[in-house]
Amino acid sequence: MDQTTLAKHSADSLAARTRWRPLEILFWLAAFATIWLAPTHHLLLAEIAILGLFALSLDLILGYAGIISLGHAAFFGFGAYTAALLAKFEFINEPVLALIVAGFAAALLGFVTSFLVLRGTDLTRIMVTLGVALVLREVANQNGWLTGGADGLQGVTMQPILGRFRFDMFGHNGYIYCLVTLFVMTMVARRIVNSPFGLSLQSIRNNPLRAAALGINVNARLVVVYTIAAFYAGVAGALLAQTQAFASLAYFDFDRSADLLMMLIIGGTGYLYGGVIGAMVFKIMQDYLSTLTPQYWLFWIGLLLVVIVMIGRDRIAGWASPVRDLLLKLDMAIHRTRTGS
Amino acid sequence: MLTILFDGVAYGMLLFVLACGLSVTLGLMNLINLAHGAFAMAGGYAVVILSNNYGVPFAVSLGLSFLISAVIGLVMERAFYVHVYRKSHLEQVLFTIGLVFMSVAIADYAMGSSQVFARTPEALQGQFNFFGVGIGRYRLLIIVICGILTISLQSILVFTRFGSQLRAAVDDQRVARGLGINVDRIFALSFAFGSGLAGLGGALGTEILGLDPTFPLKYMIYFLIVVAVGGTSSITGPFVAALLLGICDVAGKYYSGSVILGVKVPQGLGAFVIYTIMIVILIWRPHGLFSRATAK
Repeated sequence: MDQTTLAKHSADSLAARTRWRPLEILFWLAAFATIWLAPTHHLLLAEIAILGLFALSLDLILGYAGIISLGHAAFFGFGAYTAALLAKFEFINEPVLALIVAGFAAALLGFVTSFLVLRGTDLTRIMVTLGVALVLREVANQNGWLTGGADGLQGVTMQPILGRFRFDMFGHNGYIYCLVTLFVMTMVARRIVNSPFGLSLQSIRNNPLRAAALGINVNARLVVVYTIAAFYAGVAGALLAQTQAFASLAYFDFDRSADLLMMLIIGGTGYLYGGVIGAMVFKIMQDYLSTLTPQYWLFWIGLLLVVIVMIGRDRIAGWASPVRDLLLKLDMAIHRTRTGS
Repeated sequence: MLTILFDGVAYGMLLFVLACGLSVTLGLMNLINLAHGAFAMAGGYAVVILSNNYGVPFAVSLGLSFLISAVIGLVMERAFYVHVYRKSHLEQVLFTIGLVFMSVAIADYAMGSSQVFARTPEALQGQFNFFGVGIGRYRLLIIVICGILTISLQSILVFTRFGSQLRAAVDDQRVARGLGINVDRIFALSFAFGSGLAGLGGALGTEILGLDPTFPLKYMIYFLIVVAVGGTSSITGPFVAALLLGICDVAGKYYSGSVILGVKVPQGLGAFVIYTIMIVILIWRPHGLFSRATAK
């Protein structure tokens, strides 16, 4: 293969990755249909959308770059407090703008702390990410005059979205706001992970040493993706703070990071939709189990984790492979009829 | 001042006994075990049940708590942990978090969610004055027991055949296997022993640390700090790390809210300082403060 055909071949394979799959289209149609089909569940659905976005953020660093983090709640909480404070002191009244600002604030924090996760082993990374979240929690706890300390940040009044859509009591507008944000952010993430940059991340995940030997600047790429993921987490946190008009120390808790990891694992890593699907399963399960056994639902969650690891994630993914093969064939067929080859 | 130092040392030694099993499992099998605190909690509840409900003497129930946790550890290791050694760190983290969640719910179900205390004998309560330093009797007991344990652990590791096999296995598992050392057996034994020690630590610590179902979550980070900062290549590393942590934590708690040199120390500064120091140390030396450079 000479130079030009090689270039054309790789451009084609990149383009093939970005092509819309039928299932993807179906997924978003179904998601937007819930606006009309399930109006009574909008509060729960908004929460799922937020957690899905948060899990997507973790997927970017775990599923694509292979960084284990147990302190991702740091960025979530930071974004949440930023958004809540902006609204409370009326610096930025318009929620969408505040959302973006909160995302950038979290991204800045992510950029600064990204240098901490570059070194060391998995254990060091776990400890450092956990430590950052705990330090932030303490900072929020200390500065009670600003953050309300252990009582949480109260007295936040949200202005209408884009100056027009009020956050209503039933969460209708709030849900649409969350869903649209999730959609836009997923599209951007889709673009990122299918770009050459995204591919280089996956090569780093699979083998950092070999990636470096191929001329990829491993550390620089990790810093960038960590910053992007922090932006995503910050936006997710800000969404929660805005829809609930509240922020609390619990946003920084270890449990939140652990739950997040669990959602992503339930949904599967490395294909962007795992986070949302995992959040959906997790939230519905939590809802169901906590009405069944209010106090002990933690037990079933723990059991589920143990079972997932014992069976093996590969094997569970293998069970879904007949479905995947079928979809792949369908997809190829549609593609062939469309291109007419 | 010296009393704080004394309390800090007692606390640190307790942390060491609680966490040293974790350091062995991490060093030996490269296993990230977040569920170590669950074994400590088992020991703590064992001593509470035995001494409060059945009137077993305190000393005997301490010994039994060691045995109970060790047996639980052995069973868990053979039944579950053996399957996750070869898996990735992510899976180990998931698996052990799952165990933590289950243990929290089980403890809540069996013992209720409120904090419990073990009834300690009269002779161990209160404190006495030693050259102007207030010394708590119970804390003195902790220091004595943990001191003896530390010295005997170190001698086992250095002077016995088992100890040298263990060190060989930590240094290079494959070569150790090649030399005919039964690494699996060593690991099962040290896992059980480490769990037992955690149980004993949990039993001794009900007074100081408090015991409720969230114990494994609450102290997980402390155990991890001891191990991550101390390194896994010796037991002196975690020992020094545990002492440092203990003293910092007690001093931080004691001085928070008071005024030193005209500067008011904010509430809860201790936790802040500890986590910050941990992060700095891990950035500076990612494999722990006292680790040797190993070619792994």
